[in-house]
Amino acid sequence: MHLLYQIFIDPFVQMGAAPDLFAQTLWDGLVAGVLYALIALGFVLIFKASGVFNFAQGIMVVFAALTLVGLHEHGVPAFLALALTVVVMFVLAFGVERLMLRPLINQADVILFMATFGLTYVLIGFGQLVFGGNPKVMITSDLYLPSGEIRFKGLGGFVSFQKIDIAALIITSIMVAVLAVFFQRTRIGRALRAVADSHQAALSVGISLEQIWVIVWFAAGVVALTTGIMWGARSEVSFSLQIIALKALPVLILGGLTSIPGAIVGGLIIGIGEKIAEFYWGPLLGGGIESWFAYVIALGFLVFRPQGLFGEKIIERI
Amino acid sequence: MHRASAGAKGEARMQLKHFALGLAVLTAAPLTMTAAQAQSGIFVPLFTYRTGPFAGSGIPVANGLHDYLTMLNERDGGIGGEKLIIEECEDGYNTQRGVQCYDSVKDRHPVVITPYSTGITEQLIPKAAVDKVPILSMAYGLSASADGNEFPWIFNPPDTYWDGASAFIQHAANVEGGFAKLKGKTIGLIYLDAPYGKEPIPLLQALAKDYGFTLKLYPVPVSQMQNQSSVWLDVRRDRPDWIYLQGWGAMNPTAVQEAAQNNFPMDHLVGVWWSGSDDDARPAGAAAKGYLSLDINAVGPNFPALQDIIKYVVDKGKSQLSSKDKVGENFYNRAVMNAVLIAEGIRTAQKLTGKKLIDGTDMRRGLEAMHISDARWKELGLPAFAEPIHVTCSDHNGHANIFLVQWDGTKWVKQPGSIAPIHNKVEPLIEQAAQDYVKANTGWPKRTEACDKSS
Amino acid sequence: MLYREVGQYKTNYAADMAVFPILQDRIGIGIILFVAFVVFPLIGNDFLLNAVLIPFLIFSLAAIGLNLLTGYCGLLSLGTGAFMGVGAYACLKLTTYFPQVNIVVWILASGFFSAAVGVLFGLPSLRIKGFYLAVATLAAQFFLEWCFIRIPWLYNNSVSGAIEVPLRTFMSVPITGPTATSLTRYLTVLSIVVLMTWLASNLVHGRIGRMWMSVRDMDLAAELIGIRLLRAKLLAFAVSSFYCGVAGAMLVFLWYGGAEAEVFNIDQSFLELFMVIIGGLGTLIGSFFGAALIYILPIALRLIPEGLGLPLHPATVEQLRFLVVGILIIVFLVLEPNGLARLWQIGKQKLRVWPFPY
Repeated sequence: MHLLYQIFIDPFVQMGAAPDLFAQTLWDGLVAGVLYALIALGFVLIFKASGVFNFAQGIMVVFAALTLVGLHEHGVPAFLALALTVVVMFVLAFGVERLMLRPLINQADVILFMATFGLTYVLIGFGQLVFGGNPKVMITSDLYLPSGEIRFKGLGGFVSFQKIDIAALIITSIMVAVLAVFFQRTRIGRALRAVADSHQAALSVGISLEQIWVIVWFAAGVVALTTGIMWGARSEVSFSLQIIALKALPVLILGGLTSIPGAIVGGLIIGIGEKIAEFYWGPLLGGGIESWFAYVIALGFLVFRPQGLFGEKIIERI
Repeated sequence: MHRASAGAKGEARMQLKHFALGLAVLTAAPLTMTAAQAQSGIFVPLFTYRTGPFAGSGIPVANGLHDYLTMLNERDGGIGGEKLIIEECEDGYNTQRGVQCYDSVKDRHPVVITPYSTGITEQLIPKAAVDKVPILSMAYGLSASADGNEFPWIFNPPDTYWDGASAFIQHAANVEGGFAKLKGKTIGLIYLDAPYGKEPIPLLQALAKDYGFTLKLYPVPVSQMQNQSSVWLDVRRDRPDWIYLQGWGAMNPTAVQEAAQNNFPMDHLVGVWWSGSDDDARPAGAAAKGYLSLDINAVGPNFPALQDIIKYVVDKGKSQLSSKDKVGENFYNRAVMNAVLIAEGIRTAQKLTGKKLIDGTDMRRGLEAMHISDARWKELGLPAFAEPIHVTCSDHNGHANIFLVQWDGTKWVKQPGSIAPIHNKVEPLIEQAAQDYVKANTGWPKRTEACDKSS
Repeated sequence: MLYREVGQYKTNYAADMAVFPILQDRIGIGIILFVAFVVFPLIGNDFLLNAVLIPFLIFSLAAIGLNLLTGYCGLLSLGTGAFMGVGAYACLKLTTYFPQVNIVVWILASGFFSAAVGVLFGLPSLRIKGFYLAVATLAAQFFLEWCFIRIPWLYNNSVSGAIEVPLRTFMSVPITGPTATSLTRYLTVLSIVVLMTWLASNLVHGRIGRMWMSVRDMDLAAELIGIRLLRAKLLAFAVSSFYCGVAGAMLVFLWYGGAEAEVFNIDQSFLELFMVIIGGLGTLIGSFFGAALIYILPIALRLIPEGLGLPLHPATVEQLRFLVVGILIIVFLVLEPNGLARLWQIGKQKLRVWPFPY
């Protein structure tokens, strides 16, 4: 009886009793969700255009952040380092397309997925060789990113908003808006959507698959760079950031593997849901449920909607 | 999922050639797996992790160990005239690879194993007695292994995690004005959800019962090390008066940053000695001012031995340090202390057995009879560097006093005085834990090694 | 020329449908078994047995399990590590409660617990397909990993959360625990793996294997011809998890001698998946090839600079190892996306017609 009370009634009582904590949980969940969505965005971009599930997205985040900080450590001024990192991500995209995607055209999805795993290893080894295994501090102030917090007093207590998180929200929104405009209005965006629909049809109207792939991997690289800056600013830039990328998987599943709004919405749902579950129901189970709860949420949604919230319904024909 | 691939006949031939090459490599490889060898000296393998998510903690440790032992080779020609063969085995703080490292060095007669990972140590504990090589897990590993009678081959001076946790409670009591004042307070433990992190829990639970404070546990899964906002939300809800941090790798700087962001009073946040790296507090910088850490060694480069390291090793380019100012950082010095223990163990073994080229069994006797007094620390060029080390046959630990260091915004500053662990609480628990371990592991060998009189 | 079938006549259906129809194949298997059972124990040192062959065999068994599920039945699973863990912890509890029963019996029995858990987490496979199903198995992976840490009963309430393997004997020879020699453990592991590979081979060459393959190729069509999808898929999950569970129990009891929950984390799952993909989906020999490449190659790479006398720092070797393994994976995939097993098949085909090109 007491157990039932604890599961079904008590958390809501707690939510009401300390509304500032509830608001804080919501905000923290939102922020985490946005960051997950950023990583998921990179996945979606690549999957949409080339059908490849890019396991290396996580390490690309780390690699981009390391390149930025590494260049800065060697004396390059912050914004120049940023520009150079963007160039590096372009070179990476070009290399990946040339050396990995082109020879593997038309192979099974799982083979391409495996190849991105090989890419992960390559980036880990290369990144550690060049930049060393030492964790680095993100150059937040040099990039004119704000730090510190805004404390909102009310709701019976206070809710604290970290300025870097607000910046992350704004930057993500801008990035999503830019990507949306890019996809809808520009010629290349249309070509990307065509490629996502059908490779063969796109080829037959003269779209160069290789060019599109370089562009989309480059876009994912820029997204990875942004993610790296935001995540790195919240803690530090080290190879353990890559582990967080696994969190993007339930986001993708929830939102659908091919949908950008799905990545955002999925990210928010997962982020908020996971924080609330951990804070209010976590203590019942001993804590630490964040590591698997997102998957349970995703699984729950999948049972009712197997293609995800915004994903394309796969129609199978015999 | 399985589509046939089209392959032209000419390509198949090329594939066959490549395949044959690959097969040749694969079959040749196992045959080359015999130990490469033939150097004379005392073999000291170092298990390090300069790569991976815990590299931040692993790199200064690896440097400190390597540099001090190399300095002994360069400056003194080794120990007792025998050079030390120092080899690093990279394990990435991964238990599986650590055990692999152990298997690869086992046949080369190492004198001591320093795994630098509680997980790896626990896997190697049963093997030490069988393979006759002692394990020196300085201030980490299995707390129960302080019992020398049950664990004759395992050494963990100068303190166990239980000593550390009790010193933390002692400090909290000192600040609050006595143990009676702890009653009703809330004390939180933020720990890595791994064997290392869970170590202090039994002791803290016992002390919570004795002194009447509430213990709150906040586990941080390894995959969430850099994503701790939920933990700190819980902290905000529970409002603990004191927090003890038992973290490692990327978990530490994130925790310190979160604490600073959540306006937790930094001088009520105390880290275990493994949460006191300079890299742990530096990302938060000035905001972490006041953060306390337990410590077993002094900080700073102003010791003759450390200056020797700079002179003989760093300046000569034999070190992997990225810059000279890393000498004197907390973890670097910690590793130097560990290297000193290894060196002293070797010296004591050489004295006890009269041999210069000692082996694992001799080293065990050497470690068991090891005594490093204040005067000896001074002789070694490290005056007041650490508390005296005193290992006996039944007590492989010593339960020495523990310092506190405080972060002043840019570096660690040693606080005056030292804290004694609460001996009458810790030692019975260790005995009990050792008994439980032995009972759970049927066939645990009874101690047959003789006890040397301490030299 | 060596590999001709000329002169080998089949006089009954059974001979014609044998798994190894050509005499040379059977001789080859005989040689491999001889080398494994006799030669390696004689020449092998501790390192070869303990750090190379035993884990290779264990991972191959898990890879066979995963191959049954992903390669033969087409259900992508990322929960291999967790299922191995279930087997390991089940074995630990079984031997804690019934220490007098032979440990080999318990290792094999722990597979059943793993199979039960596998079936439970395989239930979504009816609604969800392809990559989305992989995420369902990921849920299993993370949830079970959390259970291994959070449920103290599983690790006998040990303070540190790590499990130590007690001493167990087989005919008064210790086979688990620190006193067990690597030779005894190697032979035990080898016997179990050979037995289970033989079982798996019979399974995939028979009715059940064909059922799974038809589900993999097109499950709608399979349903139309009368195959019950639920049973087929759940059976695949069960058998696959059984193999993974036994592999996990062997990992803890016959190799490590202890374990902590980290051993069965997501990296292990990914590692097994890569072994299966590189080795060749849908083949048994591919599991062995994949395990050899993914597991032994990094060890070999670590030893090569030493062997060649290059003064590389171990950390650099480690980083280069990552780099080289990554490049090799991509290269192998480009060369032969169907895995090493296909290369092996091509090789055998070439041998059959050698010295002619085709």
